[in-house]
Amino acid sequence: MMAWWLMPLAAGLILAALAGPLGSFVVWRRMAFFGDTLAHGALLGITLGVLTDINLTLALLLSCVLLALLLLPLQQGSRVAADTLLGIVSHSTLAIGLVSLSLADGVRVDLIGYLFGDLLAVEWQDVRWILLMSVLVIGLLIRYWRGLLAVTVSPELAAIDGYPVRRLNVLMVLLLAVVVALAMKIVGILLVSALLIIPAATARSVARTPVQMAVLASVFGMFAVSAGMLGSFYWDTPAGPSVVVAATTLFVLSLLLQRLRPAV
Amino acid sequence: MDASSPALLVATDVCVTRQHKIVLDRVSLSLQQRQIMTLIGPNGCGKSTLIRVLLGLEQADSGQVLRHPRLRIGFMPQRLALDERLPLTVEGFLMLAHGAHKATVTQWLQRLQIESLRRLSVHTLSGGEWQRVLLVRALLNRPQLLVLDEPVQGVDVQGQLALYELIPQLRDELGCAVLMVSHDLHLVMAATDEVVCLNGHVCCSGHPDQVTIDPAYLTLFGQQPVQPIIAPYTHHHDHQHCLDGHVEPHSGASS
Repeated sequence: MMAWWLMPLAAGLILAALAGPLGSFVVWRRMAFFGDTLAHGALLGITLGVLTDINLTLALLLSCVLLALLLLPLQQGSRVAADTLLGIVSHSTLAIGLVSLSLADGVRVDLIGYLFGDLLAVEWQDVRWILLMSVLVIGLLIRYWRGLLAVTVSPELAAIDGYPVRRLNVLMVLLLAVVVALAMKIVGILLVSALLIIPAATARSVARTPVQMAVLASVFGMFAVSAGMLGSFYWDTPAGPSVVVAATTLFVLSLLLQRLRPAV
Repeated sequence: MDASSPALLVATDVCVTRQHKIVLDRVSLSLQQRQIMTLIGPNGCGKSTLIRVLLGLEQADSGQVLRHPRLRIGFMPQRLALDERLPLTVEGFLMLAHGAHKATVTQWLQRLQIESLRRLSVHTLSGGEWQRVLLVRALLNRPQLLVLDEPVQGVDVQGQLALYELIPQLRDELGCAVLMVSHDLHLVMAATDEVVCLNGHVCCSGHPDQVTIDPAYLTLFGQQPVQPIIAPYTHHHDHQHCLDGHVEPHSGASS
């Protein structure tokens, strides 16, 4: 019999490792709000999954991917209008999801679990999903790393260089959608972008290259997951928020350290 | 390169309308191999749009742009603001160029005398240093066409002279054509073969003046080396642009 905490810890660590590079891209491309919107919209996916009785992880993945493709035009270009529109989509999908969940007769869903994560409820089934998807995401990231980075640095230069800019942008939001969908189980809808952004922002103060930043973000994220779970175990606090608190503590520490020595 | 089609790039009657405003009006130009063309015009005259259309980054509403297939283009943008949150060294930035190799990067960093910047963060560079780095990036694929969008903007006079001295040398070394945008209406790089003055449409085009011929220029530009680097350009317009954008014949036109 395996220890009960082994599955949640494994799931959390794998996801934190994934969130490192993806979160770095979110920071570089200013996609934080975009990621948030995906997470909020995913509640609708959960509702649909409950109503149609399909696998909830699958429903989550599908709804995130679909929403990411629908919102793709908003991610390109930095028009202010996109900001407002994202805000509308983000909060209205969350609200519609909440309302329709409560209307669904005879269905009881652990709403708090979806909003703030339910790490301890992770089962072998979930870990299998996460493992499968993370192999896919990491593989694609490594394969297209240079192109994704070139497009992030300058879409125009990348286009002249002959990189397939459109396809790389689609790939970027698809990867983000997958990670957001998976991360929801760990930290919940409301805290997904925290798991993406905070470790990456922490890594920025130490990293000198993009690869360093991505790897360090993974390391910091994995540390936050371990520390958060440990804290939640000792003090009986909710696991998801505890992970985010641990990540934030690390971030503040990195800021203080940065003050003590000149910037890189 | 096919001998029967010596032009690298031909634009015919290119029209672009953005938000009900005519940005480009039947612009035609053609760029030959090894030719240096300077595109000048006032702010908002459509220079950048024309460059974007010629590079294929934007589509023209009508008209035609013919690029030689598989034409290798090196583009130096007017400015490229990198997000501070992306940690990147000069070498890391350059290696993102398609098909960049360490050896080529070293070669061009040495050629432009900025090898010392190699391991620095791109966020610590001065404006002039960053422009050199952007130029190196444009040169990495041994371009047949080098496109420079306002390369001397924000550079001091010494830097401008150095760059205007460098560009013809690069043309000779690579055998490439050069298309350069400048906002200076009256002084252009002396090595320019053809100046095109743009203000929505092509207002006039021609060669820069021969500095050495006119004694008046000699007193003005006397300190220049034997080969002049900067030359004046005299416009020959038969029309003028009103504030609302419409064009009318020049009041003093003899025709």
